[in-house]
Amino acid sequence: MGDKAEQAIMLEFTLQGQDFIRAGEASSEIKQRLKKLGFKPDVVRRAAIVAYESEMNVIIHARKGTLRVEITPRKILIQALDEGPGIADIEQAMQEGFSTAPDMIRELGFGAGMGLPNIKRFADEFKIQSRVGEGTLLEIIIHADKG
Amino acid sequence: MKLADVVRELELEVLAGPDLEREVTGGYVSDLLSVVMARAKAGQLWITLQGHQNIVAVAVLLELAGVIVAGGIEPDQETREKAEEEGINLFTTSLPVFEVAGRLYRLGARGIDHA
Repeated sequence: MGDKAEQAIMLEFTLQGQDFIRAGEASSEIKQRLKKLGFKPDVVRRAAIVAYESEMNVIIHARKGTLRVEITPRKILIQALDEGPGIADIEQAMQEGFSTAPDMIRELGFGAGMGLPNIKRFADEFKIQSRVGEGTLLEIIIHADKG
Repeated sequence: MKLADVVRELELEVLAGPDLEREVTGGYVSDLLSVVMARAKAGQLWITLQGHQNIVAVAVLLELAGVIVAGGIEPDQETREKAEEEGINLFTTSLPVFEVAGRLYRLGARGIDHA
């Protein structure tokens, strides 16, 4: 019988802006799933970091958003789509240390300007699209055969 | 070294200690969560001044040995509860961060491999 298509596991989480109480729960769940599925520790770690930073970006900056994960044996696709302020200058946002997070959030240890650089660093493929006043879409792929 | 040894030697107050038999593989210090996410490794003991509940999520994701909230900072009640819930070892001490890191180093913990 046809085993031509790799079965994909889809996970989807709704994120609420400013919800610091549930922050990290989606990433934790994603990580547990990947671990149970038997991905290599480094792949799980990279996916967890990428998921966490994407999740936090939505919570810190956006009104709401969705974190979607598509898992196949070869790769993990993580998408973060939000409704929020968007990013005017993506090149600037990608620089380590650049952040638009308010002081109150920085005092909690967020907003170090490391989120997007971390995501790019730990991803194998990284795409970002944003429209000011509408929102931002991140697409990250992590190859399961690496690391 | 075991976490229980660190707790005894550094006279840490245990706020949540679900697994004090856990082996400590090293230490990490930062108050910036994204820096910790990117650099801290599984099994390390994290020393910080942040006492809010998001430190637990970071510790869970990285599989840290535990978190020491130093400098006499009192972690929020939610942080304690979440640590207990998620199985994260959480400690406090009135010692400043530098002192905690120094004493942990003296016990044999390192911040980088092959140091």
